[in-house]
Amino acid sequence: MIEFQDLHKAFAAKPVLDGLTLEVRDRETLVIIGYSGSGKSVALKHIVGLLHPDAGDVIVDGRAVSTLDRPALTALRREIGFVFQFAALFDSLTVADNVALGLRRRGLAEEEMAERVREALALVDLTGTDERYPAELSGGMRKRVGIARAIALRPRYVLYDEPTTGLDPVTSAVMDRLMVRTREHLGATGVVVTHDMRSAYTVGDRIAMLYEGRIRQVGTVAEIQASEDPVVRQFIEGRAA
Amino acid sequence: MIERVGRGTVRAINAVGRFGHFVGDMVRAVPDVATWGRLTLVQMRRVGVDSLPVALFIAAFTGVVLALQASYTFTGTVPLYFVGTLVGKTMMLELGPVLAGLALAGRVGASMAAELGTMKVTEQVDALETLAYDPQSFLVLPRVIAGTAMFPVIVALAILTGIVTGWLASIVLLDLSTQEFIKGLKLFYRFKDTWFGLFKSATFGFTITLVGCVVGLRTRGGAEGVGRSTTQAVVYSAILLLVLDAFWALVLLR
Ligand SMILES: Nc1ncnc2c1ncn2[C@@H]1O[C@H](COP(=O)(O)OP(=O)(O)OP(=O)(O)O)[C@@H](O)[C@H]1O
Ligand SMILES: [Mg+2]
Repeated sequence: MIEFQDLHKAFAAKPVLDGLTLEVRDRETLVIIGYSGSGKSVALKHIVGLLHPDAGDVIVDGRAVSTLDRPALTALRREIGFVFQFAALFDSLTVADNVALGLRRRGLAEEEMAERVREALALVDLTGTDERYPAELSGGMRKRVGIARAIALRPRYVLYDEPTTGLDPVTSAVMDRLMVRTREHLGATGVVVTHDMRSAYTVGDRIAMLYEGRIRQVGTVAEIQASEDPVVRQFIEGRAA
Repeated sequence: MIERVGRGTVRAINAVGRFGHFVGDMVRAVPDVATWGRLTLVQMRRVGVDSLPVALFIAAFTGVVLALQASYTFTGTVPLYFVGTLVGKTMMLELGPVLAGLALAGRVGASMAAELGTMKVTEQVDALETLAYDPQSFLVLPRVIAGTAMFPVIVALAILTGIVTGWLASIVLLDLSTQEFIKGLKLFYRFKDTWFGLFKSATFGFTITLVGCVVGLRTRGGAEGVGRSTTQAVVYSAILLLVLDAFWALVLLR
């Protein structure tokens, strides 16, 4: 279970998270929606300790992330797959090496590693791209490699930062299906950050809206769809004011 | 006014603190040989390939110019074989390490800052961390160790090149015989000349790569930020290199 507990974070005196409290239950997929710049990526990065909170904390299975020392943090990170907004693949490594990098760190045997890479690439429908470099791939393919890299580690948690942003509707639908498939395959708990409502409805068990640094509303897909909060309504209907 | 000075001081202290923190993290990553060992070899090759041609090119011309300048300065008053002394001493003690160092700051320091800066702004550094790697042992240590180890080698070759071109210039352009050039070369030679230059070079290599890594890893804000970091890396490491050069002269040559 991941719990955000009264999380505060400001950059240069500008508050981004201002008392974020939210719970991600085991084996659910929770979607966090919110405007651009509302701090969704910032919230996600606190889960793996890439950012340090000003106050409050994130608790992952009882561990307060900001208090962990390096070895404990490394152990925590091994349980969490992070899919970055712009894939963040290593330019100098091939697709296969990108996917294998995290596995290599765990000291897996060569054959097992190759097998896992093959399996992960097959899961994201990228079989046969092993030897290509990130620069030779389309944005959508890169995002899928990013997913493969995260799931090859068979993590308990998978965090997706805007997996469908910038993709055409069909490729977005493919990504949605992939996230569902990943969850069935791994039985992992998911946190998906997005402002693509169609995607949110497809992959989410519950949806939370981040607004002005805290959670405006959280509920099942049906509850959010029926929300009477004008801020939430405006966002999910995509109206300009 | 006082407030401004105060704020500047606080900023400077913060910067030093962050730098100390960075070095501390780097030292803590040293036992993780499994990660940095193999990568260091890759970086050593890269440092060598990147800087050797420039360093040798500069040294070759410097050797010729030193020989000609020496003979021009001596104007027959000082015996001509002192050309060998001057070429050798200057290359070994000062120009070999410093000129190659400045070239290295421009090439290796800049390219490391640009590379790590790009990795930082495209979240590749974050990605490394989430894959349970320590950027210090995966990115920083291989580069700093490679710079520290390779730079004395590059400088040694540069010094050798400079002396050889100085010697060639002496026999072709100055009517100096090989025996006389060598006599001059040996005249005031001390073993310290060699190790001083090479030791100095190692500290330059350390400084340049460390600055490249520090500046690269604190890059912010897209392509523009990467450009800014690249220039900063060159400026900072060139300044530090010259300060360090004066420092070692003060400490070791007096
Ligand atoms: N490392 C950082 N340093 C300074 N400011 C930052 C940093 N990271 C994020 N911010 C700021 O925090 C705010 C929230 O950023 P964040 O990336 O979390 O937004 P987001 O909700 O993910 O938006 P998007 O949907 O566009 O990705 C922004 O104003 C951003 O400029
Ligand atoms: Mg974001």
